[in-house]
Amino acid sequence: MQMLKNLFPYKIIRLDKKFFNPLIVMMIVFFIVGLIFAILISPPDYIQGDSVRIMYVHVPASFISLFTFGFIGIISALSLIFKIKIFPLMAKSLAPLGLIFTITSIVTGSLWGKPTWGVWWAWDARLTSMLILLLFYLIYISTWKLIPEYNKANKISSIVAIIGTFNLPIIKFSVDWWNTLHQTSSITLTSSPTIHYQMLIPLVIMLIGMLFFFLIIFLMRYKTELLKIKLDNKEKDPK
Amino acid sequence: MLGKKVKSRIVLFVTFFLLISFLIYAIIKSLEENVIYFLSPTDIKNSENISLDSKVRIGGLVKEGSVIKKNESMHFVVTDLKNEIIVTFSGSVPNLFSEGKGIVAEGKLQDRNYFIAEKILAKHDENYMPSEVYESLKIEASEN
Repeated sequence: MQMLKNLFPYKIIRLDKKFFNPLIVMMIVFFIVGLIFAILISPPDYIQGDSVRIMYVHVPASFISLFTFGFIGIISALSLIFKIKIFPLMAKSLAPLGLIFTITSIVTGSLWGKPTWGVWWAWDARLTSMLILLLFYLIYISTWKLIPEYNKANKISSIVAIIGTFNLPIIKFSVDWWNTLHQTSSITLTSSPTIHYQMLIPLVIMLIGMLFFFLIIFLMRYKTELLKIKLDNKEKDPK
Repeated sequence: MLGKKVKSRIVLFVTFFLLISFLIYAIIKSLEENVIYFLSPTDIKNSENISLDSKVRIGGLVKEGSVIKKNESMHFVVTDLKNEIIVTFSGSVPNLFSEGKGIVAEGKLQDRNYFIAEKILAKHDENYMPSEVYESLKIEASEN
């Protein structure tokens, strides 16, 4: 509950350079260290050789892309049920970020696929469902942009988000449920990782760097959305 | 917080949720054939009807010691450790193609035992490790 207080508009609108600058520094540090490990220090894979290094961008981006849409789905559902005013603003701020990570996942995945599988793309369940996720992000963002009336846009985009959330377990478990070209998960909640620690560590560092990026951009957008509402209110009722 | 309106919205939401879950399950079940990227040798042996005219994909491991290269073509055995299919292919294989490792072959079945591949993709598993670790694991395994 204490965390929820930090999401309250009063505090977010007042976030300034003093808050963001240390976060930006952390992000840069983690990215630099992560990339040094990823590109130089970490060993080549016993099968894939140096092609494996794309994993250090692909995997964290994919994870964040899924997590973000799941989060948007949950707050959209809660927003529809409990009519919480800040939730649509949060979702609006998260979606473009999620889109960037989804595009990154698909592009880096494709770059990784060519030297390893031999193809840039395959219509297997994992890749196809990720493409569907990309479409859902685009549709979600478009609903907000194309529908002028706020409450209508909120309702429709929330429904889009909830439907799109059903795709998430499909993406996640596609490699387990069906025969796919994409390999099964190396990091699971139930068993120990099948990634050697020398490769797992750079992966985690890159993930943390991306999470800092995520946090910074999300909070900046969220602050902007809140300021827009505040200005709208002032215009309607100048005192 | 849980007033009448909220309760009715929750009920509506749960109904909607269950409906969509069922719908998606039904759609995917009916599309299952297309969702599956490849068939294993066991799938081919067990399937009721096999199509000899349409393009099909089979996947599995390249059986150790089964790769034979001739002038323009090669053949090898794809196995899922229960059943095998002999594959003929003329073309270039991806870099990661090697005995004991996974592949997916696109092409046509001649019958339940022979497959003429038009394209070969390499499939790798979820294990990532440096070569030294792999070598020492191999040594451990051969010592046991």
